Amino acid sequence: MEKFTKLSGVAAPMDMINIDTDQIIPKLHLRTIKRTGLGKVLFDELRFKPDGSEIPEFILNQEPYRQTKIIVAGDNFGCGSSREHAPWALLDFGVRCVISTSFADIFYNNCFKNGILPVTVTKDQLDALMADASDRENPELTVDLETQTITRPNGATVSFEIDEFRRECLLNGLDDIGLTLQKVEKIDSYEAQQRESQPWLYR
Amino acid sequence: MAAPRTLFDKIWDSHLVDTLDDGLNILYIDRHLLHEVLSPQAFEGLRMEGRTVRRTEATLAVADHNVPTTDRSKGIEDPESRLQVETLSINCKEFGVPIFDMLDPRQGIVHVIGPEQGFTLPGTTVVCCDSHTATHGAFGALAFGIGTSEGEHVLATQTLRTSKPKNMRVLVDDPLPVGCTGKDLILAIIGQIGTAGGTGHVIEFCGQAIRDLSMEGRMTVSNMTIEGGARAGLIAPDEKTFEYLKGRPMAPKGAQWEAAVAHWKTLPSDDGATYDREIKIDVANIAPQVTWGTSPEDVVPITGRVPDPKDAESDAKRSAMKRSLEYMGLTPGTPMTEIEIDNVFIGSCTNSRIEDLRAAAEIVKGRKVADRVSAMVSPGSTIIKEQAEEEGLDRVFIEAGFEWREAGCSMCLGMNPDRVPAGKRCASTSNRNFEGRQGRDARTHLVSPAMAAAAAVHGRLVDVRDAD
Repeated sequence: MEKFTKLSGVAAPMDMINIDTDQIIPKLHLRTIKRTGLGKVLFDELRFKPDGSEIPEFILNQEPYRQTKIIVAGDNFGCGSSREHAPWALLDFGVRCVISTSFADIFYNNCFKNGILPVTVTKDQLDALMADASDRENPELTVDLETQTITRPNGATVSFEIDEFRRECLLNGLDDIGLTLQKVEKIDSYEAQQRESQPWLYR
Repeated sequence: MAAPRTLFDKIWDSHLVDTLDDGLNILYIDRHLLHEVLSPQAFEGLRMEGRTVRRTEATLAVADHNVPTTDRSKGIEDPESRLQVETLSINCKEFGVPIFDMLDPRQGIVHVIGPEQGFTLPGTTVVCCDSHTATHGAFGALAFGIGTSEGEHVLATQTLRTSKPKNMRVLVDDPLPVGCTGKDLILAIIGQIGTAGGTGHVIEFCGQAIRDLSMEGRMTVSNMTIEGGARAGLIAPDEKTFEYLKGRPMAPKGAQWEAAVAHWKTLPSDDGATYDREIKIDVANIAPQVTWGTSPEDVVPITGRVPDPKDAESDAKRSAMKRSLEYMGLTPGTPMTEIEIDNVFIGSCTNSRIEDLRAAAEIVKGRKVADRVSAMVSPGSTIIKEQAEEEGLDRVFIEAGFEWREAGCSMCLGMNPDRVPAGKRCASTSNRNFEGRQGRDARTHLVSPAMAAAAAVHGRLVDVRDAD
């Protein structure tokens, strides 16, 4: 997994609450057996008409937002289906950070497995960042995971909180499975004990 | 003396393998369900690292999302769907994972077949790469959806790295009024708490209305917990739970059954156990519920009207409502019973079990689907389909003008050929009414099976209590 330390780039405003994972990546695109290649269908039904032509009003179809690296969104981003294709599509498009006042739990976890940083901020902070992102002359933000700050175009900074372990894993691009297998004796002894106490769970 | 614990606390504590720094834990996973859509990349990850599946006998796969619900002996037409279903079979064979493939007599929707087979058991941790894994919480199992990378982690290690959610209690102590079902109950709850109401929490559903529900009714309630933001929705196991599970193929037998039941009886929350959040929902006078918008929280009683954005509590909510109304083609103030529908879908992991089919058949018996409506039923599993046919329910539906289909996720999410056409309005027993969920530009109204059946007959949303 690619490390995440500091990201500078165009931030796109998506001032809607409850953006769900069906919108982020509609189900027809879940038929892929790969993790890559979904960037071209990110927000498919909001971004393209049925005939494949662009919907001009959609933010990612406008300059400079075609180069979006950061999305600033309304509350409860990523609700609905557990599809990890949502962060895969974001990543493949080039988005490595989403900023909102809250995230749905499953989507939040999925982001960290893919080197995407979901940042939770207060409503006031979101309003300021949404205004920054909406200024198409200069919608650039810098998100620094080491210092836990977002630097705005006017030079002001916004601080954010994040779980320490998740931060470490993202900063170092750590593989979860490798980390867990370092503790395999604990899993072995758990199973031995459970076989005794609840033998009906084993065959 | 140990502090009183909730059902969730007990399952959590008994599954902790290791506590890491900063509130993360390694949680043991007893049961892992797989389907074809969100698993290929997990197997690919194992393959790339030369890893195996740690406990194949604790794992069960089924093809459900992509499968056609029409005659499948001819195979799957769409090449991508076919590849995905075949990939699941190939992966399971390679890694030794038991699978019910498309033509298996036990095939069905993953969250229907788990309980049906007795794979789901009280007091266990159950995961699947699917948000409606919450369904299994109806058995007093800690059951929740995970992402594909987490699925890979479970395959390789039989554990998850996770922090502990908070406890939330939802108390529903009145009996449900006549005409209202588990579906109406959970819709009413989500309407009240909102789609983020349970985020960060595991919900335990308590109270008379919950205890009165059959296991199938409880599964409907637990199923939609995720639509209220909580990943898991638990209901304490009781005699109904044990009765449901007894004798099922993968449930314990003989002496092990007795030992298991004795253990399961220790699971309900202790008196005095505390919850981080508690709410009480009054249902004594509720009417059957229906969604009007594009979020499961957009709920009104069938006796109500399409709401007006000017009454919204916030600017964000107002703007969301306007967007929903435009997408759904609805005008504020319209009585819900004036909304005409074009499609009816009875199916999905929420409502496709035998009692759901019986309830719908009861409404439809001897009557006809309205001319303007295209209606279909997809039983939740092949076993349920056969049982329904033994009871003659298929004849009732077919004679009324419904299509009687095979088991699968079907029209819930429009991923297989069953889709609602653009601009058409569907009364659906499924769980999500998001934009585009049942097909691009499709309009979904979530209802109970009896309400969907009544809508099919009348060609519009109706109050099932009045519809004669």
